[in-house]
Amino acid sequence: MARLTGFLVMLVVASSLGVVASQHQARKLYTAVEREQQRSQQLEIEWGQLQLEQSTWAAHARIEKLAREKLAMRPPLSGQIIAIEERP
Amino acid sequence: MKKVKKGVTFNHNPLLRPELSAWRPRFVLLCLLGGSLALVGRAVYLQGFHDQFLQAKGESRYARVLEVPATRGKITDRQGDVLAVSSPVKSIWAIPEDARLNPSQTRQLAALIETDVGELNQKLASEKDFVYLKRQVSPELAERIAALKLPGIHDQREYRRFYPGGDVMAHVLGFTGVDDKGQEGIELAFEPQLAGKPGSRRVVKDRRGNVVEDVQSIRPPQDGREVALSIDNKIQYLAHAALKQAMTDHKAKAGGVVVLDARTGEVLALANAPTFNPNNRVKLTGEQLRNRALTDTFEPGSTMKPFTAALALEKGKVTAGTIINCAPGRMTIGSATISDAHPHGALSVAQVIQKSSNIGAAKMALSFPPETMWKMLDDLGFGSPLKLGFPGEVGGRLRPAKAWRPIEQATMSYGHGMSVNLMQMANAYQVFARDGDIVPLSLSRLDAPPVHGTRVFSPQTAREVRQMLEMVVQQGGTAPQASVPGYRVGGKTGTAMKLVGGRYAHKYVASFVGIAPISDPRLIVAVMIDEPSNGKHYGGDVAAPIFSQVTAGALRSLGVVPDAPLKPLQVARQGVSQPVVREAM
Repeated sequence: MARLTGFLVMLVVASSLGVVASQHQARKLYTAVEREQQRSQQLEIEWGQLQLEQSTWAAHARIEKLAREKLAMRPPLSGQIIAIEERP
Repeated sequence: MKKVKKGVTFNHNPLLRPELSAWRPRFVLLCLLGGSLALVGRAVYLQGFHDQFLQAKGESRYARVLEVPATRGKITDRQGDVLAVSSPVKSIWAIPEDARLNPSQTRQLAALIETDVGELNQKLASEKDFVYLKRQVSPELAERIAALKLPGIHDQREYRRFYPGGDVMAHVLGFTGVDDKGQEGIELAFEPQLAGKPGSRRVVKDRRGNVVEDVQSIRPPQDGREVALSIDNKIQYLAHAALKQAMTDHKAKAGGVVVLDARTGEVLALANAPTFNPNNRVKLTGEQLRNRALTDTFEPGSTMKPFTAALALEKGKVTAGTIINCAPGRMTIGSATISDAHPHGALSVAQVIQKSSNIGAAKMALSFPPETMWKMLDDLGFGSPLKLGFPGEVGGRLRPAKAWRPIEQATMSYGHGMSVNLMQMANAYQVFARDGDIVPLSLSRLDAPPVHGTRVFSPQTAREVRQMLEMVVQQGGTAPQASVPGYRVGGKTGTAMKLVGGRYAHKYVASFVGIAPISDPRLIVAVMIDEPSNGKHYGGDVAAPIFSQVTAGALRSLGVVPDAPLKPLQVARQGVSQPVVREAM
């Protein structure tokens, strides 16, 4: 009887240690998740800012100005355009 | 001491005499009982009934409710180019009571947020618990302010909307207020989709403020949805640039350009002038803010004539070749007289359109009852808003047919005595571009074109009128300047006098509505210039060149194969090599 009790006590102690350990583990993992979520949010923001930057650089007004002034380009005249049709 | 010796013992204390009244110990006992009952009652109350309050108090030592921010959806054009995006910024605020700054700190802060020291002091001296010092500053600046470690000065994260397109898209997109809510344009019209719903969650924080456990998510955050517009960034830019140029060339008061996709009813471009920069709205006037193409009406003038001709063709009253006598360029109906700008003799129906004869249009219109004409105008979408969902959209004026006098019916045949907005005009020209039917317009990108339109004219009638419209831009028409090299295009000019204080003044609205290419229409382009005042005021001189410019660019950008037969143009097919023509124009 005493041996059984001793055994059960040991089990209880072991399982409670397990609970403590897993609780600690869960909290650590949760902090990691938290950190990653924040990172993903940060990246989302950065993505928006980069898109904004791209749109600003690629603004048609800017492209046209550069093409005309820096590269001396102009729109092709109608006769200079060759339309390629797919063979039916 | 002596008295003790006399034998007065403590157990003979006179106070403990047995004749002490019996109620007194009972009273004490009762008090004690009552006291312990009160304690038990209080305990039961706290544990059993009032437990929530206490639990909440306890929880508040370690649990926190965090606001989870949601971002406002992006707006993109039909190709996915970003037109509006929200980016986090900081707002600087203060608790005036805590903000005890010495003069040098105040100066530093004032310099950073670019305000006057006096103004800042005034804000900090206010009685309120909370004052904004500056809203929407860049995160970098907020960091520098935080680095000063000033007492009572805090920052808070907010979102600001950025518009990379600037003034090009201003009227379409509108803008948001300081709280990131739509106030104008698409931002307001699509507010329910775009707005994000911030969520909140309850967490357990440790001593150092780290979140250690997620207790419960009260409300998950919902980011705003992305809205893809039907607008084509490039065509929009073309329209904007052409309009801007024309505004200076003609010293005009205002103007608008609308480009529609004839196959789907999508709005490819919507430009207005004067415009504004949505990123900097400090000096914004109501004039700049108006999205004229949708919110302002004007008398359309001759751009209405093709509808009159189409109705006459449809009802079998005339054919394209029927001769109408337009001499001597004047006509009296009742007590009023209408006239042509340039007197014509006998014209065929096609020539009435080509040369824009008021008399010809009026004669055709007077051959059917007012109800028939009203029904057509109503079917074309005049007189009621188009329901694009755009804020401030108007429907123009179209009086019920019963109230029409013959003179009104005659003037309406050439676009006077009624009012429309530019979008309605472009919308109505769908009947010619789409072989007789009209589909509802859309400001957001459609995945599939609408299948069923509302039929107004037969395909036969639409094609015939299309031929007439092409004649307008050819030699002998009112708008040779509208022609586009390489493509067959067609359209109709409009030059309407403006009503000022109930009388027609010598102020004009020049307009042109056209379709291209004629062989298989892809685009409808409508142009309106309000009060051109640099010598020219005819639609053919003022609005037609803009049409030509915008259409040429848009067709090329869409990769539409040229359909004009004449110009030296090469169509390369596989297996056939042909030399490139160097300069053709």
